[in-house]
Amino acid sequence: MVFYTFRRFVNYLILSAIATCLAYVVASLALDPAAKYYGRNPQPSAHVIESILNGLGVNPDVPVLVRLWNWIVTLVTQGSLGETVGGRSVVAEIVTRSGVSLQLLLLGSILGAILGVVLGVWGAVRQYSLSDQVVTYGSYLVFATPTFVIGVLLMIGATVLNSVVGRQLITFTGSYSAGLTGSWWDLLVDRGVHLLLPTIALVLTGAASYSRYQRSVMLDVLASDYIRTARSKGRSRNSALVRHGVRVALIPMSTFFAYSFGTLVSGSIMLEIVFSFHGMGEFTLQAITQSDINAVAGSTLFLAVLVLFSSTLSEILYAALDPRVRN
Amino acid sequence: MSIVEGASATLIAGPEPEPTTVVLARKPLSRGRLIWNRLAHTPRFWIGAVAMALIVIWAVFGPLLYPVDAFSRDPLNMGMGPTQLHWFGTNNIGQDIYAQTLIGLQKSLVIGLIAGPLGTLIAAVVGSVAGYVGGLVDGVLVWLINLLLVLPSFILLVILSPLFEDLSWVFLTVFLAGFSWMIMAQVVRSQTRSLRNRDFVKAARFMGVPMPTILARHIIPNVASLLIIDATLGVVAMIMAETSLSYFGFGIRAPDVSLGTLLSEGTAAAVTRPWLFVFPAGVLIATLFAVSLIGDALRDAVDPTSGVNRD
Repeated sequence: MVFYTFRRFVNYLILSAIATCLAYVVASLALDPAAKYYGRNPQPSAHVIESILNGLGVNPDVPVLVRLWNWIVTLVTQGSLGETVGGRSVVAEIVTRSGVSLQLLLLGSILGAILGVVLGVWGAVRQYSLSDQVVTYGSYLVFATPTFVIGVLLMIGATVLNSVVGRQLITFTGSYSAGLTGSWWDLLVDRGVHLLLPTIALVLTGAASYSRYQRSVMLDVLASDYIRTARSKGRSRNSALVRHGVRVALIPMSTFFAYSFGTLVSGSIMLEIVFSFHGMGEFTLQAITQSDINAVAGSTLFLAVLVLFSSTLSEILYAALDPRVRN
Repeated sequence: MSIVEGASATLIAGPEPEPTTVVLARKPLSRGRLIWNRLAHTPRFWIGAVAMALIVIWAVFGPLLYPVDAFSRDPLNMGMGPTQLHWFGTNNIGQDIYAQTLIGLQKSLVIGLIAGPLGTLIAAVVGSVAGYVGGLVDGVLVWLINLLLVLPSFILLVILSPLFEDLSWVFLTVFLAGFSWMIMAQVVRSQTRSLRNRDFVKAARFMGVPMPTILARHIIPNVASLLIIDATLGVVAMIMAETSLSYFGFGIRAPDVSLGTLLSEGTAAAVTRPWLFVFPAGVLIATLFAVSLIGDALRDAVDPTSGVNRD
């Protein structure tokens, strides 16, 4: 089983590496880093522009594959991803920004998965009940709403709530209040309040798809013979449902989780922008608008590593839940 | 009445010869007929279909029945909420939000209705070829699918967006479809692998029917129901992708208007002048909700025991 997981890991590793290289090539072909400097007033001389581009390693006159090779060599030998057009190191940017993104992503995906599984099991056990119907149509509605719309609607709702209460109950711009001083507890609460709305939005989108999937898997499990066996050997209904039902129903979920991770990442990138978080999402999208090839490549690498981790995690989870894979 | 028909009717009806005509009328249901019967008894399908029909009619004929132009400015009513004159209010330069919403809806609908089925078409071709041919071709295509699935397609489209920046929305549509076919291609491929060894496919192969004909006549029709579902839900996914891209400035650009660009413009003032955001958002959600109801009803009708959406 260790061998199996390892092989899968290596497979994902190779795919992520190639995907990052491809993203580098595509970004190099699609973006024109020189245009920015030619648009400046006064226009720098061609020589100056050339030397800036060479310094960044993005000179379009150098063949793309050579630039890619240089980029890989710098990454492997110096652990550097080059500089942004602003002159900061890409690695430093990623280090400072990834904390904000990972906070949101981890909180959103874990809470979303838990809520989705609970709602799915609840819906399957109480099939056709009012609560099941409400959850079903609620998840259809969330499905039909783009993530950024959920974010903005939550903002509008929070503003209405704030004006009803008469004071700033929920703050939602940025990931913390600038210039706030106080004990570490105050700062923590402040961050928590800022995280509230984007986390709710991310949890909603995750839970909507997880709950639908979990419900249908759980319905299959409920109809199976081993649940009846567990009941007839004297287990209580709840114990049979949890020990034999939910555990089995979680196995396909672990695969589904990895599959839906990409959607979640896109969602959290959108939410970061909507709520003005200075995270990786902002970094990535800014990089595109500023034609910053190094930054695009760096953030793609970051995403590929995230995907690599989540896929491996779901493989391990799968093996942990399903004894047949382990042997 | 031929002898054979009479005989089979007797077999079904038992020893009594009288009700033959009645029994004869009941031919076994074709698969399409069966699916349609199931669909017709699903309220979800009718709600979705009627809503979608109304939305399309509204998008096509709505602007003709509304006197205000989408881009002309009304200096007397700038930044106004909904009134008799401007049903969804106006933005801060006095343009009518209702008229703009309808134009944006048209564009988003057209993109979704083209890109969704187009993605399905790519999935059908790639999946069936990979599954049918097998070997090296299969290996390469599966590897390509896995590669494209590593990064979220939203990010891939954002990276590619400078390429279609100066091109029209048609290219955006093609790009959207080009990054949405992978999962369905995997499904079609696995179906094809089981179909290729069935007798009717073998018979065609041994008779020398060329591969494209076998795929088109024997393989694709057998996965048609899956493809129809995918195309329907693809419309939802594509409209969502288009509006998200446009919202962040990577999709439709001025002077074109889509629901995404409209929402993008409305966001800044969403808190103080909510009609700029809420009305286009409501139209978008209603559209996507209607199409996904149709898609889910289709899925249930095709396979009542199917996983994700069983009731």
